[in-house]
Amino acid sequence: MDLTAFFTWLQQTGWAVAIRQGETLFPLIESVHVLAITALLGTIAIVDLRLIGVASRQQPISTTMAEVLPLTRIAFALAALTGGLLFASHAVDYSHKAPFIAKMLLLSVALINIGVFHLITARGIGAWDNELKVPLAVKSAGAVSLGLWIAIVACGRWIGFV
Amino acid sequence: MSEGDRVSLREFCAWLEATPLSLLIQTTTWVIPTVQTIHIVSIAVIVSSALVVHLHTLGLAMHSQSSAQLARRFLPWIWTALGVLLLTGTILIIGEPGRSLPNFVFQLKMVLVLVAVALTLCYQQPLRRDPVFWNASRTRRASANIIAVVSLCVWVGIVFAGRWIAYAIDG
Repeated sequence: MDLTAFFTWLQQTGWAVAIRQGETLFPLIESVHVLAITALLGTIAIVDLRLIGVASRQQPISTTMAEVLPLTRIAFALAALTGGLLFASHAVDYSHKAPFIAKMLLLSVALINIGVFHLITARGIGAWDNELKVPLAVKSAGAVSLGLWIAIVACGRWIGFV
Repeated sequence: MSEGDRVSLREFCAWLEATPLSLLIQTTTWVIPTVQTIHIVSIAVIVSSALVVHLHTLGLAMHSQSSAQLARRFLPWIWTALGVLLLTGTILIIGEPGRSLPNFVFQLKMVLVLVAVALTLCYQQPLRRDPVFWNASRTRRASANIIAVVSLCVWVGIVFAGRWIAYAIDG
């Protein structure tokens, strides 16, 4: 599927051109993107570390998730919005960069991991909500999530070097 | 900075850039991106810890725990992350001294870090003696709110300054 025509059109829209050619617009959006990603990774890590059983051990998993995930969702929305704007400004270029493609693939896997956890694994939460020793599926969800989001950050940084 | 200071800072950067350690960092391609990634992950720890502690103060999040409980849970993470940031930051400076040390945005970032550290200490210390210190009076509650808002702004400023270093490098 050749999306080059779409990406070419995208980067020629008025706002994409403005971001690409402006002196401060790109750095500004990029800084908000980095800020959103740090909030996203950090808050996800709070939940993941509880799933793995190494932090926030004094509270039920459901409490940790209920308190923290609203912040995570806001951070994700901001990261996605700013990410979309940044991508659009150099769409054709980014679409050919290996670290960007890797970042999008890892992001997809991370979202699938979240989906599997919330839709399937967490159905049995009643049995392990207050435990530190949780089923392997739960621990794995946390460990995989943490690993993926750190790898996503690494790929994001790597984009700037190619 | 006076003209004389600027010259000696640039001389120091030139000297540092030529040291074996700096050359090693410069020429081993994976070092700077990897160290920067660890730097960013550590910033994520600080940003999220500061968010939960200060948003709680402002009544916007983490309602089931007290200020003292949240401080005990999350402030140690900030201190540990700052240690990692000092280490990774030093490696980045040694690798690219000219990119950072004479850079005004980098210098601003360092000042903001000191301010953030001071504010965090200011918030944390009284809580150790008295878990309800910041709730005890209207003045204390207002002060905690101010510390929360200013701290969050400073941390955001640090993230922005960190990204902007790359855009402020002298030609």
